Amino acid sequence: MEALIHWLADLLAKWSWWPFAPAPSATVVVWLVYAAITAFVIAPLAMIVLTWLERKILARIQDRIGPNRAGPFGVFQALADAIKMLTKEDITPSGVDRIAYNIAPAMAAVAAIAVFAVLPVAPGIIGTDLNIGVFYIVAIGAYGILAVLMAGWSSNNKYALLGAFRAVAQLVSYEVPMVLALITVTLVAGSMSTADIVAGQGSGWYFIAIPLTFFIFFVSNMAEVNRSPFDLLEAESELVAGFHVEYSAFKYALIMIGEYVHMLAAASFSAVFFLGGWRGPFIDWAVQTSPLLAVVMGHVYFLIKVGFMIFVLIWIRGTLPRFRIDHLLDFSWKFLTPLALLNLLVVAFVLKLFQPGTSAGIDIPAGPLSGLYLGGWGQTLGLLLGSILVVLVASAVVKAFAHRSKDAGLRAIAAAE
Amino acid sequence: MQNEFLFVGVLLLVALLLPAGGLGLAWLLRPHKPNALKKTAYECGIETIGETWVQFKVSYYIYALIFVVFDVEAVFLFPWAVAYNQLPLYALLEVSIFIAILVFALAYAWRKGALKWI
Amino acid sequence: MEPFVFFIFSILTLGGALGVVTTKNLYYAALFLIMSFSGMAGYFVLLDAGFLAAVQIVVYVGAIAVLILFAIMLSRKVMTRNEPLLNRQWGLGLATAAIFFFVMLAVPLNVKWPLSNEVSSGNELVQLGLAFLGSYVIPFEVVSILLLVALIGAIILARDTSDVEVE
Repeated sequence: MEALIHWLADLLAKWSWWPFAPAPSATVVVWLVYAAITAFVIAPLAMIVLTWLERKILARIQDRIGPNRAGPFGVFQALADAIKMLTKEDITPSGVDRIAYNIAPAMAAVAAIAVFAVLPVAPGIIGTDLNIGVFYIVAIGAYGILAVLMAGWSSNNKYALLGAFRAVAQLVSYEVPMVLALITVTLVAGSMSTADIVAGQGSGWYFIAIPLTFFIFFVSNMAEVNRSPFDLLEAESELVAGFHVEYSAFKYALIMIGEYVHMLAAASFSAVFFLGGWRGPFIDWAVQTSPLLAVVMGHVYFLIKVGFMIFVLIWIRGTLPRFRIDHLLDFSWKFLTPLALLNLLVVAFVLKLFQPGTSAGIDIPAGPLSGLYLGGWGQTLGLLLGSILVVLVASAVVKAFAHRSKDAGLRAIAAAE
Repeated sequence: MQNEFLFVGVLLLVALLLPAGGLGLAWLLRPHKPNALKKTAYECGIETIGETWVQFKVSYYIYALIFVVFDVEAVFLFPWAVAYNQLPLYALLEVSIFIAILVFALAYAWRKGALKWI
Repeated sequence: MEPFVFFIFSILTLGGALGVVTTKNLYYAALFLIMSFSGMAGYFVLLDAGFLAAVQIVVYVGAIAVLILFAIMLSRKVMTRNEPLLNRQWGLGLATAAIFFFVMLAVPLNVKWPLSNEVSSGNELVQLGLAFLGSYVIPFEVVSILLLVALIGAIILARDTSDVEVE
């Protein structure tokens, strides 16, 4: 972004009819364009492409075809849906809390879009390289939770309220393992800035180094986005669409935009934190020779990874049955959180083992295995072994619990293993 | 130079235009025929009985409570994670004590049945 | 530019605080509180303390405000009560509040606050982490004990005592 701003400032300095000072106004122009692209291109495009992809892929998984009437292969189906949403009558039930009822969908959509400010899509292209990038993502998620609560309460409907409470219980329960997984990623990368995390994956992408953390983060993110198998809240057969049952027309579309953009954000951040972001073959060479080529290549690699993560999300939705609410909450508090904590400690321990000696002039004693650091690849391998160890320990503990459980069926399953 | 959060403000303002513009466009385009029946709350087709309130279930509140404790714990762990490369080995021990005390808190909540969704 | 942004955050914070105490609807009071917290986070951003702004939002708005909203929404009696805003002692209350306000105003105006000339070097997070586990490690551990005690106390208070099992 800096290079782009400098280029534009030079260009504006040459144009004598530009009334503002070149350097600050170039910054403002670049920012406005980037923000406009994020809010008005990426968000609706995400809605359109993701809904079409989801319906087609789910249909194929379920052995049918999916929408194929509106345009070739049904690509204009989402556009038709959008036009329908805009022109439907907005039925506001009596007794709703006007202010909260109207603010909640807007807050959901804006909070989902605001996460994209720290997404590194290509080398040098990022909205703003906050040095608390990862924490900012967690903070914006808090507003999403509030939007759900406000939407449920202001609807003056018992089922919306129940749905909102369950939704918030689920969101809040899965935020803890997600934040713990993010702390683990920060630990390995040494920084909270998302650009630094992508830069730190030069010696091994994190899904090879800390695969268990990837699993924990991905599962927690699926629950945060209310995707199946965690979509109890908006299941059509229970609680009648949950907290957004009283919303119609464009407000419902805003809530859906918030949800699908949040899904895109989940896939993008999984790609950034664990699949190496914009990294790929020959990207380091391209950064040195031609930044423009690096930007294009970075975009392509990033889009491939995000597409893959979205496919996995849709695939899981089509394959797994829905969780019950108490299973869901138990899974988070009694399995994922202790697992995430154990994983954090093991990763920290392995990092100290492989710690190279004095770095940046600070006198830290080198770890015992620092000879195997090998420019970072030894550390990656060590972390992988540590993750495998944690998985073995965790499965042994779970089996032991199952043996002692009061549930005879569970004991039978555990004894058969 | 300028604050790194300025872009966040810009993005929030621009993102606010999406709901505003969309709602404005929808208000222009849609019909407006209010009807007493349409305005009733939805309850699978039958009339609502009683006021809109939910029976107090403690479990909702307890989950949020435990979440507060673990949220504050995570806030303390973030600076440790960033500074980890420059800390000697006993930092790991100190954080292990921190996490162990909080694991004990989770185990207490588990045993006392606070994590049961009744 | 900066005074303008400061003004906006001041309106958010003070307006939210004013809304909390003057509104009759308890649910709106909680929403105004969230507005006030967000304004406070803005102040931290202006002071170059991005981490503290995010902590404010994550802990206050994301956890504590949600807790407050749950408590409000789950108590039916609180929601349907609609008492008048002022009682008969509002004159005495006004006088006390005014005296308190002027005392509070006199303190910051008359203290010579030491201003530091340090510029934030950009790696305040690393320094925070080093401080947490270096010179302030005892308070760091005491915080975890504090959280444990708070959780135990809250669970004992909020436990459903109708079916206590002895395990």
